[in-house]
Amino acid sequence: MTKLADAIIVGGGIHGCSTALHLCLAGMKPVLIEKDYAGRHASGVNAGGVRQLARQVAEIPLSIHSMGIWERIEALVGDACGFESHGQVLVAENDAEFETCRARVAELNALGFTHEELIDGQELRRLVPAVAESCPGGVVSRRDGAAEPARTTTAFRRKAAALGATVCEGVAATNIRKEGGLWRVDVGADTYAAPVLVNAAGAWGGRIAAALDELVPVETVAPMLMITSRVPHFIDPVVILRGRKLSFKQFANGTVLIGGGHLATPDQDRNETVLNWRSLAVSARTVFELFPIMRGATIVRAWAGIEARTTDDLPVLGPSVRHAGLYHQFGFSLHGFQLGPGAGAVMTELIVNGGTQTRIGDLSIGRFHPSKL
Amino acid sequence: MNAVPRRDAYDVVVIGAGPAGLAATATAAEAGLSTLLLDENAGPGGQVWRAIASTPVTDRDRLGTDYWAGADLVQTVRSSAAEIIQRATVWSLDRHLEVGISVGGVSAFVKARRVILATGALERPFPIPGWSLPGVMTAGAAQTMLKSSGLVPDGRTVIAGQGPLLWLLAAQILRLGGRIDRILDTTERWNYLAALPHAFAFMTSPYFAKGLAMMREVRAKVPVVSGVSELAAAGDGRLASVTYAASSRRETIPAELLLLHQGVAPNVNLAMAVGIEHRWDDRQLSWSPVLDGCGNTSVAGIAVAGDGAGIGGAGTAVIRGRIAARAAIEALAPAAAAKLAPMTTFRASLAQAVRGRAFLDTLFRPARQFRIPTGDTIVCRCEEVTAKDILDAVAIGATGPNQLKAYCRTGMGPCQGRLCGLTVTELMAQARSKSPQEIGYYRLRAPVKPITLAELAAVPKTEADVQAVVRG
Repeated sequence: MTKLADAIIVGGGIHGCSTALHLCLAGMKPVLIEKDYAGRHASGVNAGGVRQLARQVAEIPLSIHSMGIWERIEALVGDACGFESHGQVLVAENDAEFETCRARVAELNALGFTHEELIDGQELRRLVPAVAESCPGGVVSRRDGAAEPARTTTAFRRKAAALGATVCEGVAATNIRKEGGLWRVDVGADTYAAPVLVNAAGAWGGRIAAALDELVPVETVAPMLMITSRVPHFIDPVVILRGRKLSFKQFANGTVLIGGGHLATPDQDRNETVLNWRSLAVSARTVFELFPIMRGATIVRAWAGIEARTTDDLPVLGPSVRHAGLYHQFGFSLHGFQLGPGAGAVMTELIVNGGTQTRIGDLSIGRFHPSKL
Repeated sequence: MNAVPRRDAYDVVVIGAGPAGLAATATAAEAGLSTLLLDENAGPGGQVWRAIASTPVTDRDRLGTDYWAGADLVQTVRSSAAEIIQRATVWSLDRHLEVGISVGGVSAFVKARRVILATGALERPFPIPGWSLPGVMTAGAAQTMLKSSGLVPDGRTVIAGQGPLLWLLAAQILRLGGRIDRILDTTERWNYLAALPHAFAFMTSPYFAKGLAMMREVRAKVPVVSGVSELAAAGDGRLASVTYAASSRRETIPAELLLLHQGVAPNVNLAMAVGIEHRWDDRQLSWSPVLDGCGNTSVAGIAVAGDGAGIGGAGTAVIRGRIAARAAIEALAPAAAAKLAPMTTFRASLAQAVRGRAFLDTLFRPARQFRIPTGDTIVCRCEEVTAKDILDAVAIGATGPNQLKAYCRTGMGPCQGRLCGLTVTELMAQARSKSPQEIGYYRLRAPVKPITLAELAAVPKTEADVQAVVRG
């Protein structure tokens, strides 16, 4: 049976769910199709960093827009999402790294961005008392923080459904095509038809785009994370290192999340990842050196989420350059969680108003068009 | 016996030195395969033959002849070429057959061409009001103390639950001079009828006469209340009393120790963490791996034997261990396999050994109210999540155990759902009117047992470093 909708969203990650929610707020009736369940992959199992810090310039306007939504997240989705704003700190471990930090902040200031702030060793140790004496300083983004990813994605999905979105979980969207001026997608025995199709399929987004003749150089990756048992509270902000691959966050319950981008081997078709314990050991060694308090903590779980990374580490966000009514929102390259709320709002502006005040031009899929390469 | 693996690769790695693991190791090693047996305990034997090589209990009658049967198998394994490492925690295994092992606070990895999981069984959760109070423990934990240290309860003790192991434990406690004030038998009366069709097979099984004799022995010494349909532990900070209802009778009895047991379920934690396919077994009310006739799983190169493959008891475990090992030998050393008894012989023994299992499963099927708690009864002990919390989450959209984590953190604490998994699945299945198979289980991940950050940090960087440490 063919069912009509105002928009079809493929992918129930934070991006698809956020777009579904914002479309509902704009008075549309979208259908969201998720082959597993909302938040099953990267959106539900990422580090939960809500970070404007250390982003590429091309996505800073979107990140800032999103931050504003994070700060009123409970009013939007009816759940606090575990969002805490204790800042995020980038630590320079030596003078060379500190100089890089100084240049970066100067560059942002020249562009008119002020969210990143250079801090000296004294302020660094005030923010992160456990950090080694030898670190000369770093960068802080004070409004940043962290949230609980599965809870957040679930809250967006739930609110979207409550506002009238149809959410189909556990069935894949297949046979995506445009017929008679409408996008049509088979979902089990049903077919959905709508004038608008949003490709928010994360690690699977590249395949959908390719099937519609829009090639995006995207690889499937699976960044690994581990969580420890509870340790006494010792750190508030999220800490990332300038030089080494490490991000570090202590939750209110005392558990500590250790990440930083070491990769597992993804198996996209099995929905599985195989962890690389030797890389995780590298992260463990870094934490061991920097935070002695962590040495006796136990690792209770390690995992990896499957997501898409583009060659320029920037997402694909905006209308298709080939097909009317097709929009892309994928390829967030390991840092899409914070962008989710804002990207859904911006996507809704694009769909409903045909444009947005948020500067996202550099994120267009057009940058991968054969004429540009 | 040694502390770290001598090699970095083996033909066969067997995980668990209970009946299945010992039998698999003996068979594989005898066929000339390089075999590593990894076991978490201080000595071989698993739970059923715990401390078989070291128990201070010397009077053989007290632990029963079945217990001592393990000694011969241990002897065979110890005199074989197999390498045995005790106190080894396997905390990781993946589909590339790389095994992460922790021994004495040091981790190492070994590669295997075949892995035989013989991880046995875990006690089924028994979530009654007050079950997390100090003074309430599982019968299995009590049996561990009894076998390894000869410790038995001497305060006011109540045993509640059902199943063969409950009676075995009661008999063992009494024989060692321990105290039991009351046994509260939770077997549902209806189960006796339901089990009747399987009774003939059971009567011809080896369990029948032994089981009957044991129950008679216990009943002669301890008052037993049958048909218990409600159970609660209470106390201020520790157990003080046990309240039960049976038929029209309701009573509160003082108690210092409450031992709970309602059967065992396959320990699937490691198998699930590898990504091995499992299915819900409605007769045993638990998950079991999907296996072929040789014990092979959905992950190439990994087999499961023993109670981890589905509860069958020690006799069955030994045969399944031999079958899995024989399949590994066929794959890795066909010439050696030709000299072994044919698979059909093993299968005939297996058919004999599992006789009577349907009767036991049906008779000792735990009652719904003791598997699926209500109200304020704790389900997830780590995060202190109650049955009501979970039902509330289901009401607003949680569909399965993994989704539930986004609502109430069940299974996210130190035990990672190892204790509450079955309860959560059944509770959600009931709440959503779905089958447990449809509801599914927690997605388990390594480390299957926690390791310290310091230990992980000390994992050597490169293959060469790994070998240097492993060989050192």
